[in-house]
Amino acid sequence: MITLEHYLFLGAIIFTLGVLGIFLNKKNLIIILMSIELILLSVNINFIAFSAYINDISGQIFAMLTLTVAAAEAAIGLAILVVFFRNLGSIEVNKINQLKG
Amino acid sequence: MIIYSLTFYLFSSVAVLSALMVISAKNPVHSVLFLILSFVNASGLFVLLGAEFLAMILVVVYVGAVAVLFLFVVMMLDINFVKLREGFLQYLPFGALLGIVLVIELGILFLTDRSSNIYNNQTPLQPIVNEVENTKMIGQILYTEYFYLFQICGIILLVAMIGSITLTLRDKGGVKRQNIDSQNTVDASTAIEKKKVKIGEGI
Repeated sequence: MITLEHYLFLGAIIFTLGVLGIFLNKKNLIIILMSIELILLSVNINFIAFSAYINDISGQIFAMLTLTVAAAEAAIGLAILVVFFRNLGSIEVNKINQLKG
Repeated sequence: MIIYSLTFYLFSSVAVLSALMVISAKNPVHSVLFLILSFVNASGLFVLLGAEFLAMILVVVYVGAVAVLFLFVVMMLDINFVKLREGFLQYLPFGALLGIVLVIELGILFLTDRSSNIYNNQTPLQPIVNEVENTKMIGQILYTEYFYLFQICGIILLVAMIGSITLTLRDKGGVKRQNIDSQNTVDASTAIEKKKVKIGEGI
């Protein structure tokens, strides 16, 4: 039988993979953004699992809020990345301190 | 119930494996495609949990918009990805150690005996199938109780849209544009100029 813990453990694994992705690809800004998406996905899994098992619909509303924030974050992150690449010709995170002002 | 368990394990294992491929694929295009696979499987899990509306939203918003945006950016920019992968293995032992510790700690947290927990005297939790469909329930609560939250979501999206437009907008020099202001302020005194033309000569 699938219990709440199964879903929470799945969320934990995906969260850890997201954090690990930021560690491993610390030069590639695109993969870092994708790792953040993974982390937000794990948050969503937790919200919806709790919402289903406690039988309270509010969790799904908050999952929608997370989804909105994730979409906005991806849009702005990719816009910054495009501007960064246009100015420097590279997306290395080490060089990102040149984006002053 | 056994079919439910099998479906859960299928979806969750594919989601975890594709999440692993997202962070380890050499080609970022493959990474984006694995991200899409991961999101589709997560939406399958949401259907299992009875959140059909959010499952569909996840497919529409993530696979339809965000992942395609990632694909656009990855393919549009001419990035040397081989150079970016330098030092990937350098952090692997440390990162793997950190990840294993994190997973074990979280797992211990979930698997401990909940003898002093609020769930103690409840029956084992199960997804509850409601008579009212999921979308209707969300609508009933979203537009009443959480209405301000909904409005704030709209403002967040508006700000994100304006922000990304202003970030990527650039003025190119040497482009002729229509100047509506100066067109509207033209009258006969400035539009027509009288000149005395001498006979036998041009202007």
